[in-house]
Parts: sequence; C-alpha cells; structure tokens
Amino acid sequence: MTTLNHKTRQWSYFSLYFIWIALFVIAPVALIIYQSFFGLDHQLTLANYKNYLSSAVYLKMTLNSFVYAFLITLITLVISYPTAYFLTKLKHRQLWILLIILPTWINLLLKAYAFIGIFSQTGAVNHFLTFMGIGPQQILFTNTSFVLVAAYIQIPFMILPIYNSLVDIDPAVIQASHDLGANNFQTLWRVIFPISINGVRSGVQAVFIPSLSLFMITRLIGGNRVITLGTAIEEHFLTTMNWGMGSTIGVILILIMFLTMTLTSGTRKAGTRKNHGKA
Amino acid sequence: MAKHKHWGGRLYLIFAFALLYTPILYLIYYSFSSGTNMSTFKGFTLSHYQTLFSDSRLIVILLDTLLIALLSSLVATIVGTMGALGIHTLKQRKLQNFILSLNNILMVSPDVIIGASFLILFTTLGIALGFGSVLASHIAFSIPIVVLLVLPRLKEMNGSMVDAARDLGANRWQILSKVILPYILPSIFSGFFMALTYSLDDFAVTFFVTGNGFATLSVEIYSRARQGINLEINALSAIMFIFSILLIVGYYFINQYTQSRRNKRQRGGAYLQ
Repeated sequence: MTTLNHKTRQWSYFSLYFIWIALFVIAPVALIIYQSFFGLDHQLTLANYKNYLSSAVYLKMTLNSFVYAFLITLITLVISYPTAYFLTKLKHRQLWILLIILPTWINLLLKAYAFIGIFSQTGAVNHFLTFMGIGPQQILFTNTSFVLVAAYIQIPFMILPIYNSLVDIDPAVIQASHDLGANNFQTLWRVIFPISINGVRSGVQAVFIPSLSLFMITRLIGGNRVITLGTAIEEHFLTTMNWGMGSTIGVILILIMFLTMTLTSGTRKAGTRKNHGKA
Repeated sequence: MAKHKHWGGRLYLIFAFALLYTPILYLIYYSFSSGTNMSTFKGFTLSHYQTLFSDSRLIVILLDTLLIALLSSLVATIVGTMGALGIHTLKQRKLQNFILSLNNILMVSPDVIIGASFLILFTTLGIALGFGSVLASHIAFSIPIVVLLVLPRLKEMNGSMVDAARDLGANRWQILSKVILPYILPSIFSGFFMALTYSLDDFAVTFFVTGNGFATLSVEIYSRARQGINLEINALSAIMFIFSILLIVGYYFINQYTQSRRNKRQRGGAYLQ
C-alpha cells in the first residue's frame, strides 16, 4: 500500500516535468539530428555532411568561428581576472558584485546597438582617434569590432565564476605562502591562480560556447556577413530555408560544444553561464 | 609597497567599471539629444521619450513581452518545482544524475541550437508560429533553472521534519503544503524571478520561433537597430536600464531578507539539535 502510494506520488510530481523533458529536450535534439540527413529535396541523404566536409567555405568558417571565439575568450579573460582579483579585496563586495551583474540585465541588443554609435565614422572612438592624429578609421562592420563587442558583452560572465573561486580562498593559505618566503607575484602565480583554476574553467566555458553562436552581433556589428557557425545556422534556417544544411551545422556546433565541455571540465563546480550571470 | 598595490587595484577597478558602464551611459546620454545620431549632442530634449510613449505599436509589443514573461515564468516555476520534488523523492543516485543531465541540456546549449531545434519541433507538430510558440519556448528554457534553484534547497531540508510531520498525523498533502513548500518557498521565488529575467532577456530563441505577426521587445529592437540609429531606441534603453536597476535592487533585498531569516532560523534551530 505504501509503496503504491509512493509510486503514484512520484508519478504525479513527474508527469508534467517528464512531458517537458520528452517534448522540449529529447525531441528537439533528435529532430535536429534527423533533419540534418535531409536535403532540400526532402530525400534522406548524407549530402549535407559531405558538403560540409568537402567545402572550403564551411571548413574555413568553422576555423574562423573557433579563432574568433578563442580571441573573445582570451580578451575577456585578460580583462576579467584582475577585475575579479581586485574585487575580492574590497569592502561591501556584495554591492560591487551586483554592479558587475547589472549590465547583464540590460538587453544584449541594446548594448550592441550602443556600439553602432560608438564605433561609427563620427562616433566617440573615431573622435578620439582624430584627436590623437590617427584620423577616422572604419571600425564598425569589421571583424575586429565584432570581437570587441562580443568580448564586452561577455566580461561579466567571466568575472563572476572567477570571483566566486577567488573569494573562497582561505586567507591563511596566502599568509602561509608569504611566510614561506614567496613574493607577491609568486603567491599569485603559484598559489592563487591554481586554486582559482576551476573558476577560470567555468568562465571559459561560459564565454567560449556562446561566442560560437552570437549571430545577432555579427549581423549588427560585424557587417551582416556570415562569419561564424551561429550566423550560418541562422542564415540557413531563416533566410535560405535550407534546414537540412542548417541542422548539419547545428549538429557540428553541438559536437564542438561537447568537446569544449570535456576539455574544460576537470573537477569544476556545477554551474553554468546563466547561473553565474544572474544568480 | 602594499599601499602602492592597493592604488593599482583601485585604478584597475575604476577602468573595469568604466568599461562596463560607458556604452550604457553613452546610449542614455544621447537619448536626451535633439539630433538624429549618436555623434554630436544637439541640445537637451525629451522628445524621444514622447515619441516612445505615443508609439502604440511599441506599447503593444511591450505588453506582449511582459505577458509572455509573467505567464512563462509562472508555468515554468510550477513545472520546475514539481520536477525538483520528483527528483528529490528518487532513491537511486544514478537516476537522479541522469535526469539532471537531461535537465541541464537546455542550460548549456547555445541559443541558436535551442531556437533552430524548437522551430523544427513546432513545424513538425504543425503548431503555428506566434504567441503560442514563443510562450511554449520561454516556458521550456526557463524550467531547468527553476529545478536547479529549488533542488539544493530541498536537499538542505532536514528529513526529520517530514518524519515528524508524518508522526504527528499529517497526510501527504499536508506534509507538502504545510512543511515542504513553506521551507522551499524562497528558492521557488528565486526560480520565478530568474525565469522572468530569462524571458525578458531572450532574443535568439524568440527570433527563431516568432514567425511574422508577433514580436517581443528584443526582436523589435533588433529589427529597428538593423535599420540604423534611431534615438527612440536610446530612450527605450534608458527606461529599461532604470527598470533593471529596480528589479535588481528588489532581488537583492529579497535575497538579503531570506538570507537573514535563514540565519535566524539556523541560530534558533541550534537549540533544538
């Protein structure tokens, strides 16, 4: 009797949740894989994969996508690590962290839009360049502007996990390092950095994977060209209506995502971009 | 030496915060300019705000966006909480982890993949794109975060509380409504709140499943921004910035409140253990 009760209770909790898993987790993944085997003529085929693997354009785009995501991650990391480190030294840290989170609540498109103004021919950056005697440059609609804007948008998602790992460090460990004769740099490089490596890993994961797929920034800032996997998927699904090819690139993006997660996983704490960003 | 380093750190932080906030303040600054671009400030005006408030298309879109956000977070919170309760009652650790990894798939997938695969799903099921498909997608991508926020709180709960309630004669429903739910309520609120921000923040998924007739604020901003600079968008950013500040301050206080209550309870509970 009790076991029966227990079972029905479990089932009643689960019913809606299971429907969600089946319908919105398993089905979409299955469908995108299924769709990737169909050509424009709705015939079952391997042509999409063959196209992808034999096309210099697609392979080069994948490589570019990688390079851009790598650059974005690197720039974000270089700016964020010191920020996170110095933040742990402040009083009222809760409040400062809130100020790091606040920009993530501003719609991403509005932030990208701001750069249309800042990077434009007569915008703030070019005013500055003219003032420095370099003269106005074409910044908007270049790949550089895409990388810079993407890095700007991702900075908080890198700072937060690193900050979380740094703030957990026991001050006694640092004290011990100094007592044992390490100078500031040695302490930072040999003690603090290795302890915070899990935060760096989560940060890299939180920045690298979305950087492969930021199609709206490529569209708005990068000059409306197809330069990343994300843009290619969007183009195939919404413009050229070649869902088969779009799904193929999607499957490849999923594979890259798993690869990145395996490479960066280690023993990191559970946590995702969205967690760190908003919690 | 130490003092010098301190100053370096402060300077660096000023640089970092300036970097984070300059673009946002830049947008807001030009929302008051009577010019038409974001390069030269041409005298103070509130006319862009006037245009904004008399733009009935935008107001409708704003209301739709809020409606989607509220409905989707409500449903996602209910389903997510039930999911967390269900996962919590499971005995086998392996099964729990398996369900949790399914749960996390939507958390780690890039937005384009979620958007594209949902588009295939809706088309396969023959569901028309529009309000319904956007609402369903928002519910779908908000559920996992609710589970992730509620489950740890459930795990934190002392099992003997439930046993005590049962010993005192409470039935299943009473245990749930009088013991478990009040205990996990703060995490349910955070889940709801987080779902709300996900929904308001989303662009990519909505963009894929929205079809032609329906738009949320993000989609509308995207299509306007693609046409170039329009200071009405700047005015909108200013308003959204203030709204975000209010939301985050609210969230901060709810957090502080539940935290201090939790601390008090734990201090109070120390005597009982």
